[in-house]
Amino acid sequence: MFTETPQVRRKLRQERIAKWAFSGMAASMIIPLVLIIGYLVQRAWPSLRLSFLVDVPMHGMKEGGIWPALVGTIYLVVISLAVSAPVGVLAAVYLNEYARDNWFNRIINLAVINLAGVPSIVHALFGLGAFVYAAQFGRSIISASLTLAIMTLPVIIASTREALASVPRSFREACWNVGATRWQTIKAVVLPNSISGILTGIILQVSRAAGETAPIMFTGAVFFKAVQKGDLFPYTLREQCMALSMHLYTLATQVPGVRESIPFATAVVLLGAVLLVNATAIVVRAYLRSRKKW
Amino acid sequence: MLGERGLEVVIYLCGISAIVFVLGIFFFVFKEAFPILGNSHFSLSQFLFSEQWYPTSEVNKRYGVLAMIAGTFSVTGLAMVIAVPFGVGTAIYLSEFCGSRVRETLKVVIELLAAIPSVVWGFIGLTVMSRLIVKYTGAPVGVNVLNGAIVLALMSVPIIVSIGEDALKAVPDSYREAGLALGATRWQLVWRVLLPAAKNGLLAAVLLGVGRGVGETMAVLMATGHAVHIPHSIFDSVRTLTANIAAELGEAPAGSDHYRVLFLIGVLLFLMTFVVNLTADLIVRGIRKR
Repeated sequence: MFTETPQVRRKLRQERIAKWAFSGMAASMIIPLVLIIGYLVQRAWPSLRLSFLVDVPMHGMKEGGIWPALVGTIYLVVISLAVSAPVGVLAAVYLNEYARDNWFNRIINLAVINLAGVPSIVHALFGLGAFVYAAQFGRSIISASLTLAIMTLPVIIASTREALASVPRSFREACWNVGATRWQTIKAVVLPNSISGILTGIILQVSRAAGETAPIMFTGAVFFKAVQKGDLFPYTLREQCMALSMHLYTLATQVPGVRESIPFATAVVLLGAVLLVNATAIVVRAYLRSRKKW
Repeated sequence: MLGERGLEVVIYLCGISAIVFVLGIFFFVFKEAFPILGNSHFSLSQFLFSEQWYPTSEVNKRYGVLAMIAGTFSVTGLAMVIAVPFGVGTAIYLSEFCGSRVRETLKVVIELLAAIPSVVWGFIGLTVMSRLIVKYTGAPVGVNVLNGAIVLALMSVPIIVSIGEDALKAVPDSYREAGLALGATRWQLVWRVLLPAAKNGLLAAVLLGVGRGVGETMAVLMATGHAVHIPHSIFDSVRTLTANIAAELGEAPAGSDHYRVLFLIGVLLFLMTFVVNLTADLIVRGIRKR
């Protein structure tokens, strides 16, 4: 009854071509990435042993492992998280629960957006000027962590805010109607119901802080620091430390004659850690979302 | 222990912290840069419009950053030429063509792509891309504008995809239904209806990509080489504003002219990204209001 006219055929062909073209574009972003990661792992393979993680760098960093950098990164991440998580979550609570839509709060929004857009090297300059010199913390773990904390604050604010905003208004109204104050409502109803978004934000902050190099380069990360193998607490807060990201940069650009597979293995460890943390965030989010009752 | 009033004060203080930090960043970076402005052998016009950068020369110090501005814009511009078609194309595929399962998978992959640290991208540029570029283009060095642009493109695609997809989602379904009811193919729908309707959002997505590109440090530091000159082809090595600070801050003694000029470059970067992000935000906000 219906036969395809040449025009319809042309349209269908056009449609198929468009679909293939767009899926090709999507694929062409992902396939090279998989190939690159595969290549990195392959080049890193000779060094990818458990001992690589717990050994210290030896012979002018040309041999050995990455223990001091690994521990240094954990220090930096934990301390920056301890600062930015509470501030970020409370800032989001203020913006979503207390702030009215007036010019002042629009400026706060603008500030959050711009804080997220400030280049990482400018954060480094700020950390150097404010924490290292003005506050006289010197080049130290504390300066580097604070710089990282400010840099990653928008991640937590954005994620928490989105979670708070997704809690239905009727939940709050029900709570107010039984006589609860604003803060009681937030504590008993709003925060528990948005825990998935808050956790996601915190996890993303961890991955971001672990990967950043520029902000810590001049505020507290150092090329090399002698540390005992397997020592869990090698640093104090006023000292400089090594960090994985900085270590990768150093190995790739400043250490001639380093054993081939070592920088690759460092890159794979850093990449693996960050992707693992992010994958955790995705799983947590999916799990908690599936338990949501509204 | 604190009482509700006290707690609300704490919450308020955290709320305004973002303003404090943004102002603080500008203040401290500007404060370190400020003394150079009154210095007799420094002129702002030379800083912005000269391509001569000899910060450590004994007799003839020159602080011109034009070559680095050119470096930043050549790398970012080329990165956008690569990233925009792919980013927008992927956003269109995600929102119009693929099924929900493919969409969820792709979004996870894109989220992971966005998470890769910039120093790892730089390492990829330095080891993988540079070899491929030398092999396939015959360029004498592999660390150049093209290398930096490819790496930056891969880094900014996730932003473009996620903001672009939001923009396409914001187009009401009734537009699509009207188009399909008239017998339009999806391709016609995308080209004639969705792209025009979502153009502001897509523009904002591109601007955020530009902001990311201008501000990116480690990846371009490692992937673009270190030559301070205005590039004439995409196979020239360049140095960007960000990379210049990262490369030289370590060797500039605190308080020296060189050190202060590096902070002045920081002020310039701060202002540039501020304008770009502000514009993108205004566009996004305009869309939400509609």
